[in-house]
Amino acid sequence: MTSVTMTVNGKAVTKDIEPRMLLSTFLREELGLTGTHVGCDTSQCGCCVVHVDGDSVKSCTALAVQFDGASVTTIEGLGQNGTLHPMQEAFRENHGLQCGFCTTGMIMSSVDLVKKAKEQGITIDEHYVREGLEGNICRCTGYHNIVKAVIAGAQAM
Amino acid sequence: MATNGIGSSVKRKEDLRFITGSGRYTDDIQLPHQAYACFVRSPHAHATINSIDRSAAEAMPGVLGVFTGEEVAADGLGGLICGWMVKSKDGSPMKAGPHPILAHRKVRYVGDHVAVVVAETLQQARDAAEAVEVEYGVLPAAVDVAKTHDSGVDIHDDIPNNLVYDWEIGDKVATDAAFAQAKHVTRVELINNRLVPNAMEPRAALGHYDTGMDAYTLYTTSQNPHVARLVISAFVGIAPEHKLTVIAPDVGGGFGSKIFIYAEECVCLWASKKVRRPVKWTADRTEAFLSDAHGRDHVSVAEMAMDENGQFLALRVNTKANMGAYLSTFSSCIPTYLYATLLAGQYKTPAIYCDVQAYYTNTAPVDAYRGAGRPEATYLVETLVEECAKDMKLDPAEIRRRNFIPKDAFPYQTPVALQYDTGDYEPCLDKALELADYAGFPERRRQSEAKGKLRGIGFSAYIEACGIAPSAVIGSLGAGVGLWESAKVRFSHTGKVQVLTGTHSHGQGHETTFAQLVASKLGVAYEDVDVIHGDTSKTTVGMGTYGSRSLAVGGEALVKACDKVIAKGKKIAAHLLEASEQDIVFQDGNFSVAGTDRSKSIGEIVFAALVPHNYPPGLEPGMEETAYYDPANFTYPSGVYICELEVDPDSGVVEIQKFTAVDDFGNVINPMIVEGQVHGGLAQGIGQALLENAVYDESGQLISASYMDYTMPRADDLPSFVVHTTAGTACTHNSLGVKGCGEAGAIGSPPAVMNAVADAIGTRISMPATPEKVWRALQKTQLAQAAE
Amino acid sequence: MYAFGYHRPGSVADAVKLLADHPDAKLLAGGQTFIPTLKQRLAQPSDVIDLGGIAELRGIRAEGDNVVIGAMVKHGEVMRDATVKSMIPALADMAGVIGDTQVRNRGTLGGSISNNDPAADYPGAVVGLGATVITDRRQIAGEDFFTGLFETALEEGEIVTAVSFPKPVAAAYEKFRNPASRYAMVGVFVAKTAGGVRVAVTGAGPCVFRLPEFEQALSTNFAADAIQHLNVDASGLNADIHASAEYRAHLIKVVAKRALAKIG
Repeated sequence: MTSVTMTVNGKAVTKDIEPRMLLSTFLREELGLTGTHVGCDTSQCGCCVVHVDGDSVKSCTALAVQFDGASVTTIEGLGQNGTLHPMQEAFRENHGLQCGFCTTGMIMSSVDLVKKAKEQGITIDEHYVREGLEGNICRCTGYHNIVKAVIAGAQAM
Repeated sequence: MATNGIGSSVKRKEDLRFITGSGRYTDDIQLPHQAYACFVRSPHAHATINSIDRSAAEAMPGVLGVFTGEEVAADGLGGLICGWMVKSKDGSPMKAGPHPILAHRKVRYVGDHVAVVVAETLQQARDAAEAVEVEYGVLPAAVDVAKTHDSGVDIHDDIPNNLVYDWEIGDKVATDAAFAQAKHVTRVELINNRLVPNAMEPRAALGHYDTGMDAYTLYTTSQNPHVARLVISAFVGIAPEHKLTVIAPDVGGGFGSKIFIYAEECVCLWASKKVRRPVKWTADRTEAFLSDAHGRDHVSVAEMAMDENGQFLALRVNTKANMGAYLSTFSSCIPTYLYATLLAGQYKTPAIYCDVQAYYTNTAPVDAYRGAGRPEATYLVETLVEECAKDMKLDPAEIRRRNFIPKDAFPYQTPVALQYDTGDYEPCLDKALELADYAGFPERRRQSEAKGKLRGIGFSAYIEACGIAPSAVIGSLGAGVGLWESAKVRFSHTGKVQVLTGTHSHGQGHETTFAQLVASKLGVAYEDVDVIHGDTSKTTVGMGTYGSRSLAVGGEALVKACDKVIAKGKKIAAHLLEASEQDIVFQDGNFSVAGTDRSKSIGEIVFAALVPHNYPPGLEPGMEETAYYDPANFTYPSGVYICELEVDPDSGVVEIQKFTAVDDFGNVINPMIVEGQVHGGLAQGIGQALLENAVYDESGQLISASYMDYTMPRADDLPSFVVHTTAGTACTHNSLGVKGCGEAGAIGSPPAVMNAVADAIGTRISMPATPEKVWRALQKTQLAQAAE
Repeated sequence: MYAFGYHRPGSVADAVKLLADHPDAKLLAGGQTFIPTLKQRLAQPSDVIDLGGIAELRGIRAEGDNVVIGAMVKHGEVMRDATVKSMIPALADMAGVIGDTQVRNRGTLGGSISNNDPAADYPGAVVGLGATVITDRRQIAGEDFFTGLFETALEEGEIVTAVSFPKPVAAAYEKFRNPASRYAMVGVFVAKTAGGVRVAVTGAGPCVFRLPEFEQALSTNFAADAIQHLNVDASGLNADIHASAEYRAHLIKVVAKRALAKIG
């Protein structure tokens, strides 16, 4: 067992864990943050995306012990003070979700995508969003309304 | 009138929990003292199990038990069943081999369940599963549906040639006669590629045996928890039905694959009693690929007989359908009653004959996947029609127009059993032509050519049959269940409403749509309606969600429950308003005496029913009404899809430029949700046409068993869609006039894409139209042209 | 995943020592290939040595006409780095098409080249630019570093610390993605360098390779037209359910021409 300390959604947590524990397992099983989902084994689907020190990361493709000292934000920590993040609102307003399983990872990726675009001065259009979401698979929506939601969310961010 | 009622694009009630990560999926549930299951799966497609040595595994840390098919047999458990008895041409029943929940002495596909290890932690279960030593006697495998008949491989005992059934529909004599007189015959050979449904939430199960109560609870990823309860109790025999609760909480997509009753969920429940602990299993994605029921996998030959004007005279089809190694829950009806009955399409073809041979192979079971039989029928008909147009030198829109069932012919009896109650096909075609700017296509093609690209356009005019029914008819055709649906409307003192439904929502938004329906029908606030589904101990008994049935069948049951509320409310209102019951009218949530301004709101009526101080003598208190509804017929959505795409001849890459979908779904409750359903269906249909393919090698290994090799449609593979729902034709036999919209996109789109590919490259290729396949087809054409 | 011991050294020297002490240990860089491998129980290291805590493996700096990139620099950093973008924009472009955003936020240069997946993008850039791989003990010419399918010139216990990429006259990378995995089915890096034209192909064969015929043709005319008459031999190329060797051979030329067209 190895001790790991990190800040998750603004709170410091310390746990003794097996080194082989994935970050996704750590969040789900140790901290009960089940909004982070696991949809594949090969780092393709993006259901497990969280933010680590401001970057989007596939939490099923990282060991929890690697993040000692890091700051992690999950979907549960995205909204501030009980209000939804504009991207969450945009997904609801634009029917950017159906079954909800990919949604949390999709929103986390979208927030990072928009943040990076704004930092780099990149125009957030349909092409940018579709390319930028290639690491997130949705089986329900055909992406049509997700793309709409991300563009709307970007305007509100 | 409620602004959130029928016809309004209300934002979904369910979304708040999903966008905040507060959804509750099966794997999110943790029970105290929960243990974990890991399955030992067959690495061989076909083998005898000569011995299983579990001693090393049992000795490993944390292991609570290791169980095999021997214990299943010793406990006298039955197997998984196929719930639809299809009979062969000669009247003999289909041949169903046993389907034990853990393989007994033989494995029949890669991924077949051989043993289960239950341990304190998941990692311990996995560690120990590797230590279970199974000695196999490897047998030759039959994998390809076209070759299994003569393979000499016997997958099940006493099932010669692996033939499950040889079934037929239609008038063979009339069809052959029409062919004999035809001026033209167009023929196609088609493969409908095998797909893996790939709901993003992998299947999971958590079984819990409560010793004190002697009762069982199963949390599972199911589209139809009551059907699961029925099969697990009546056929597998793990628990009596009244002592078994099945809960399907939030379910992350199904697309058919979570209709079926699977071995793993049965094993978790059974093993829970053995180890006296809750037992959880969650598939990883590779397990999902190996063991979820797959979809499609047909090989067909189809011929159309025509007169000199391109009028269809007769359609003749032969199909070989791959059923996999075992018959999954509804598998037998997919390539028969949900496939061949749709072969008339939108056309007045007077004679149709189809025969279907269903075969076992050493592959994962094949069952319903979004559309289930209807995409296969549509792909066949619409490919054939496009080839007919080519052969007859007719515009593809024109040949369809010539052969459409005319508006005044409804109700229309097809030659393949179904009676379409209503439809009007030309307006959809006209609208699609307009939205797709068909007239401007030649110019766009020229522009593409100028850039060195090949542009193509393709059509598809689909028909769907939703809400499979009525129960008596399907029963006469072999169904083991009735396909009615139920609903309960329950008022509380404060006028709030709980709706209990036997359908299940796993993305479709029933919590919203059903609340809109109740708000409209009863004049209560949309916000005051809560929809409960997915728990057999809470909801009304129901048959679940599949085949786009939830609104057309479940919604109509809900209407009938609302009608009962109104009828009872009128009695109470008559008493309170001192009027005759016949004089009470109900509108917008108020019970009024006709022609007066005297009225009571539904809230007041409900309160009177629950606090019956001043109440009609003899009338039961309470306001809680249940209705069951068994439809008179299927519903028949239809539509026309047009795909326009560009092919890069250098690489063979296909890029969709525009996809236009025009659908007639009858009346629509929530246009936003309906459009979303179409979008999702289109993505899956386009995925089938261009990207997705489940590939087994000759030994029966699934090559495409992860997202590294199975191409899932991603955001950058698809365009935004042009989706239009017409005012359309309302269904004639449900009061809502609704038809269903969940599968249309996946049904209509594959032929539109493939017809467009064929139009672009001048030759027809099989699905999926991968870059290499397109490139090779172009090479062949160029070589042929060079030789001329 | 099998159980393992976990170490997080603070220096390259400590990492080298840990490797020497644990002969069955494996290095963890970005983990984007290694962790899925562990998850699928395809590897069973006794120990995992995480290089994430070693500051000296990070950073991008210009050294004369070279860009030196630390082994633990992530693809996303290379893609966005001002120095890389100004000196070797093709390298930033290449980094920007590796995997997806999340892979680029974790995956590293050192991890990618040390693993030498035949479908990885970086080997194309290293060989295409004639870069030099720097390890804890020596410098290895990019050409000599990639020796075969998942094989490199690294010795037992040797750790890549950085790669030095010389600034080319002109360069471009073009990739034809595997439609499922998004790895390179064919990737071609073309560069006009001080030492001549280089064309490196990744994804198509068991290991990155150069195309001397293309290079020769491009030496006199560095444009797509120059290779129009050339064909690539399919023998020895990879084949799978997505692309045959013959199709990959065809794509190499198509992709090379597109890379050249980018340079214009």
